[in-house]
Amino acid sequence: MPQGLIGRKIGMTSVFGEDGKNIPCTVIEAGPCVVTQVKNADNDGYTAIQLAFDDKKEKHTSRPMMGHFQKANTTPKRKVVEFRDWNGTNQLGDVITVDLFNDDRWVDVTGITKGKGFQGVVKRHGFGGVGGQTHGQHNRQRHPGSMGASSFPSRVFPGKRLPGRTGGDRVKIMNLRVLKVIPESNLLLVKGSIPGAKGSYLIIEK
Amino acid sequence: MNLIKVAEESFAVKKEHPDFKSGDTVVVHYKIIEGNKERIQNYRGVVIQRKGTGATETFTVRKISSGVGVERIFPFHSPFIDQIEVVKEGKVRRARIYYLRDLTGKKARIKEKKRRIDTQQ
Repeated sequence: MPQGLIGRKIGMTSVFGEDGKNIPCTVIEAGPCVVTQVKNADNDGYTAIQLAFDDKKEKHTSRPMMGHFQKANTTPKRKVVEFRDWNGTNQLGDVITVDLFNDDRWVDVTGITKGKGFQGVVKRHGFGGVGGQTHGQHNRQRHPGSMGASSFPSRVFPGKRLPGRTGGDRVKIMNLRVLKVIPESNLLLVKGSIPGAKGSYLIIEK
Repeated sequence: MNLIKVAEESFAVKKEHPDFKSGDTVVVHYKIIEGNKERIQNYRGVVIQRKGTGATETFTVRKISSGVGVERIFPFHSPFIDQIEVVKEGKVRRARIYYLRDLTGKKARIKEKKRRIDTQQ
């Protein structure tokens, strides 16, 4: 993870590219992020940098965290993320803006997907369902089918894909094309969709 | 919402098109690229809806082509649209005139609004 930023998903729109084609794109508010801690091999056993994003009120901040932010001489922030093996020489208190991606054509974006609740196997794992309503079947179009077989093995193997909680996973989408960087409003436009709801936090790496 | 507008405007190529709405008859001059040649195709029909806002706005034009109804959706800000010509202004009571799809022949005519066109010309 050489370099990156914390951001927020704003929403989707579409723009016309140079060849006139309509490109679907996601608008991300990326940074500005403050370096709140620099970890090195001597002290911490590994090298990393800690970034913080999105202001919050002092009254919503615990005393220990307040002290942590004061060390970096910054206002308290909502989201704090560590980036390991940071490629660069940033000091405590540095502000990193979306200009970081000025020369990049591709980025990776990590987000938390929208929670879908308890879902069946068709939505959750892409099972085909039963595939028909005839031949005597009447009420199990979207069921997983039979499992466990007969006398052998007579049990369900661990890891069998079954219904359950869906969504809310951390997902990384790799190699999204950077369409534009707008430093005045800290915006980053990437081609295609990214995980998560509007307003959710994202980690953007290059 | 505001920041999305900022993003859209950073790409926008300002193009002036006349104001039209559903019920109007328009001719869309659409650029077509064949190999390395570019030509303009005219598509004439009735606007049955305008949809969306900002950079993602689209409009649908319906015409009867050799007896078959054809609907084409154009992005309003598409760079391939050379020009939009308003031929007739129709008098309709709703913004989305989907009922036109069920009508054919003489029933599918739309009353024309004459007044506004005269003042323009």
